[in-house]
Amino acid sequence: MEKANADKYVQLENVDMTFTTKKGIFNALKNINLKIKEGEFISIIGHSGCGKSTVLNLIAGLLQPTEGLLFCAGREIAGPGPERAVVFQNHSLLPWLTCYENVYLAVERVFGSGAGAESKQQLAARTHAAIELVGLTHSADKRPNEISGGMKQRVGIARALAMEPKVLLLDEPFGALDALTRANLQDELMKIMAKSGCTAVMVTHDVDEAVLLSDRVVMMTNGPSATIGEILEVKLPRPRARLDLAENAEYNHLRREVLQFLYERHAKKVA
Amino acid sequence: MSVISINKESLSDIIGNSDKLVKETATSRETTVPKVTAETAQVTRAKKAGSISIKAYQFFKWAIPPVFGILLLVAIWSLISYQSPNLPGPIKTWNSAITLFSDPFYDNGPNDKGVGWNILASLQRVGLGFGMAALVGIPLGFIIGRFEFAAKMCAPVISLLRPVSPLAWLPIGLLVFKAANPAAIWVIFISAVWPMIINTSVGVSKVPQDYMNVAKVLNLSEWKIVTKILFPFVLPYMMTGVRLSIGVAWLVIVAAEMLTGGVGIGFWVWDEWNNLNVEHIIIAIFIVGIVGLLLEWALTQIAKKFSYE
Repeated sequence: MEKANADKYVQLENVDMTFTTKKGIFNALKNINLKIKEGEFISIIGHSGCGKSTVLNLIAGLLQPTEGLLFCAGREIAGPGPERAVVFQNHSLLPWLTCYENVYLAVERVFGSGAGAESKQQLAARTHAAIELVGLTHSADKRPNEISGGMKQRVGIARALAMEPKVLLLDEPFGALDALTRANLQDELMKIMAKSGCTAVMVTHDVDEAVLLSDRVVMMTNGPSATIGEILEVKLPRPRARLDLAENAEYNHLRREVLQFLYERHAKKVA
Repeated sequence: MSVISINKESLSDIIGNSDKLVKETATSRETTVPKVTAETAQVTRAKKAGSISIKAYQFFKWAIPPVFGILLLVAIWSLISYQSPNLPGPIKTWNSAITLFSDPFYDNGPNDKGVGWNILASLQRVGLGFGMAALVGIPLGFIIGRFEFAAKMCAPVISLLRPVSPLAWLPIGLLVFKAANPAAIWVIFISAVWPMIINTSVGVSKVPQDYMNVAKVLNLSEWKIVTKILFPFVLPYMMTGVRLSIGVAWLVIVAAEMLTGGVGIGFWVWDEWNNLNVEHIIIAIFIVGIVGLLLEWALTQIAKKFSYE
């Protein structure tokens, strides 16, 4: 059973998504089919408004599909759950809690209740470990408004990872950061993902980010009725170094592929 | 050391003496040092005087307009009292206030108590009515803000009852409680409850979807959602509601007590009107104003403490 699921750890089957708006019915996604392997890093890229965040929210369970089925580890996704942790674009930390408390809230929920409830010390140790993983031990007792945007997003990542999720969902995690901070965090995310080995789905609109981080890049067509246009395999060896890749022919070829998809075959019409 | 040398130079500049003097002061340290300290002391004194005058200027800038406003009020009041001899002027009222507040806590039976007792009686009623309104209004606001069904259910009732003048509820209170004091508290309750319900529910409904998504992804229990997300977020809104409520409650108490009688600032006003003691009515107006101001100020201070920003 485990083996059979390894190739389709997360699975989307004929997923359609329509929203009822004031202007009528809006068909956002049509016929999405995607199988994600265990431990794989997938990026979903597309123009804004193509519904890539909707795909992520469907996997997170924050939205229910109009048609079709979603599975995670062989079970249907019925709603949000801590086995599918989300890193939100705007970090979504609670401003009245310290960084430590923000992470602890997640840890406490996942490991502090039920049959195998852990002691307070164990929960605290988990929280400290997660904060250390993203290198923020010195700021653990600060509130989100006392730290920089990059640090906030690190706490967001720590919170998600502390839950030991089966799947990590990242919704444009570095979209709001400056280029230098973004590059730093991308490198760190690669290291962290290599360590934890968990499956990840990231929504992005940054071509470099998609190619650098992913095993496969899922490229979406424009909405309405957006669907998966092409899937690009990134067979670059890991660990990947940003500087070496800059002159790597394969990397540049892949980058070009994505750019061609986005700006030639599926260019967004300027309204 | 460097300070001294700088001062030496400046000293020579100020005095404008020849090199000879500078050399002299440099060689004989014992004489230089007291001179230098005297000089620096003078400078710092001048600086201090400057900062005092700036502070005084800022103080006057801050204090003069309100003082002018109050003086203007007193002037208009004197003018009116001059035209209409039945209205006591400021001086007469002031003298009356001094005798009144020289013994605020006397007790000559239920209809003749000191002004202090009257204020305390009113504050007690407001406290009770307002406290019950908070106990009902804040949780109700949370429920209305949190559950759409509750919101839709309560919306027509709130819109219907909220605009009703608080005093219209007094007969109902008298009928149900069969006593004046609970009826007055009831009126305070009903007038204070709306701002708290409405502000709390608006706060809850404004909780960013991001925070609720966090709650969903973390699968937080309803209790954790309320204590860790809703309550901290809503607190500023809630405090606004509380402040509006206490304002309304204090506004209504005078009218309610005029109708119910007993002990209380409102009843006292009515009693003094029957005695034709107009000075005391004017004093009562000031008392109501000042107490209302203090209540508002106290709650603003509390609200500031609870703000997480």
